[in-house]
Amino acid sequence: MKADILQVRNLRVYYQTSLGPLKAVDGVTLSLKPGERFGLVGESGSGKSTLALALMRLTKPPGYIEGGQVLLDGLDLIKVSENEIRKVRLAQIALVPQGAMSSLNPVMRIKDQIIDGIKDHLKKMPGSALEERMHELLAKVELKPEMANMFPHELSGGMKQRVCLAIAISLSPKVIIADEPTSALDVVVQRQVMLTLGQVQESLGVSILLVGHDMGLMAQFVERIGVLYAGKLAEVGSVREVFKESLHPYTRLLIACPPSLEEKGQFKGIPGLPPLLLNPPSGCVFHPRCPQTTSRCSVKIPSLKEVYPGRWVACHLYTEVKR
Amino acid sequence: MSLNYLLRRLGLFVVVVWAAVTLIFFLPRLASERNPIVERMGQTAASAGKLGEGVGEMVKAWEAKFGLDQPLWKQYLRYFRDVLHLDFGYSLAYYPTKVIDLIIKALPWTIGLFGVATLISFLLGSLGGALLAWPKAPRFLQYLLPFFLTLSAVPYYLLGLVLLFLFAFTTRIFPLSGGYPVGTVPSLSFPFILEVLRHAVLPGCAMIIAGVGFWALQMRGMMIIGLEEDYIAFAEAKGLKGNRIFFRYALRNVLLPQATSLAITLGQVISGGILVEVVFGYPGLGTLLLKAVSGFDYNLISGIVFIIIIIIAVATLLVDLLYPLLDPRITYQRRVK
Repeated sequence: MKADILQVRNLRVYYQTSLGPLKAVDGVTLSLKPGERFGLVGESGSGKSTLALALMRLTKPPGYIEGGQVLLDGLDLIKVSENEIRKVRLAQIALVPQGAMSSLNPVMRIKDQIIDGIKDHLKKMPGSALEERMHELLAKVELKPEMANMFPHELSGGMKQRVCLAIAISLSPKVIIADEPTSALDVVVQRQVMLTLGQVQESLGVSILLVGHDMGLMAQFVERIGVLYAGKLAEVGSVREVFKESLHPYTRLLIACPPSLEEKGQFKGIPGLPPLLLNPPSGCVFHPRCPQTTSRCSVKIPSLKEVYPGRWVACHLYTEVKR
Repeated sequence: MSLNYLLRRLGLFVVVVWAAVTLIFFLPRLASERNPIVERMGQTAASAGKLGEGVGEMVKAWEAKFGLDQPLWKQYLRYFRDVLHLDFGYSLAYYPTKVIDLIIKALPWTIGLFGVATLISFLLGSLGGALLAWPKAPRFLQYLLPFFLTLSAVPYYLLGLVLLFLFAFTTRIFPLSGGYPVGTVPSLSFPFILEVLRHAVLPGCAMIIAGVGFWALQMRGMMIIGLEEDYIAFAEAKGLKGNRIFFRYALRNVLLPQATSLAITLGQVISGGILVEVVFGYPGLGTLLLKAVSGFDYNLISGIVFIIIIIIAVATLLVDLLYPLLDPRITYQRRVK
């Protein structure tokens, strides 16, 4: 088995508020293998985007990284200098942003926005080589060469997302973080973009951390999945097993949410709302909404434990099942 | 940008100039109870100490010479034709100097001083304001802002008086007034240019210091909003160098409103600099306009105002033509109905 390319250890990202720190990401530990597709799901406000940005140390005030480690190929990204983290971004860990519609500079041509990232990371390259590289990248994400000279407002949403994808792979990074890359697109374009993302991932052998809330999309795309709830991982496992037999009660409810075609039943949701993170519930953060809550749940915080090989869950129901 | 738009925009320019010419012609003539010839004759008579006979005939003769005896519409048509040839007639107060000659003599001083001062203040203020909003900028800038904001609330002619007192009257580092030393003949020689620069320092500084705060404040506000944009966050995720993000992504994208203000200010400065010119005795358009108004010199007033309007109209025309270059999303194409 290959060594993990990305290791996140006990990462904590807080937001400073007048009422004290808000723990948006509270002790997340996970790892990615080279070439692996990992999915991170959770409701709005569960901390998934905060976590994704913190992995590249892009956390903005009032947010701050309280502690923990992000090891990219052994290098702790939380500790390195400002200049070093700048060099790591794009070259080793790249972002496919959430709002593709507005993530490109409206007054710059597409080609310049692809080339400037390469320029700021590599030693001097002749202009012709840069052009050539830029056209290769456009071809990889299935965009026409003429689009190089266009401005972002002349492209559709799907095309803009492809440009962002071309930028993300421009220096063949080790890890790509895709933060809800298709949430602004309709399902048809979403599928096309995800197919391209998949092809690119395979040809480069890059690891992808896909952040999202769409369980269907996750099921089709990723190999392993992590379920985030109130800033903590509730469950981690291979996507097949998690969908077949989810362990955490929250995951089970989450998977039951999308209406299925076979059972034309009622549209189901999870009763209650995610907790306010300023003042989280005692014990397990999910216990007020949990259908299987026990007396222990409101007292003791469950830790993430491996209950079967490769299956991790943070729930008191499983402490005994340990292998 | 389409040819269609260019033609429409030039058409608008012509309309603005026409409206200006018409307004300039009729406005001073509304004060019908004053007669420049009579006032001028009165002055001459007073200085000669004797009121000669036949003053009435003399006034009539002069009026005929200046065409003031003609009906208004004829005067208007003639005026219009002359203005198109940049011929504003003779100055009534400085007869027989032609108005255009007076303007040509004064204009370079005003444009040279205030145009350059405004540009410097615009560049310094915009850059400073942009840096104020930039999180990685040096800290000391934060303390400069209140200082310049306070100064920008002080009218620049007052600031000019203070500068005059400190650096010309008390310490005599710079000359007290004028555009060049009294007694020298304007030429393009090196020592003369040096003198001109020395004379321009104080009035220039008055305008720069008073203007910087305004530009900085406006730029800072726009940068703060601009830095929140998604493309800035993505530029950081791309690991771009700080300089590139600052200039190509942040500053570049908020230039548009700033350029609009610059065009408007450039126009205002030519007329608004009057007081500074008076304070510093600067031989520019402002001083000339003041003399023209106090001497009730129709022709000179209308000539100067016409030139000012042309400058403003040209500045806004340039900015309008510049917009599509600053922001490719602006195409000026008409909506298809």
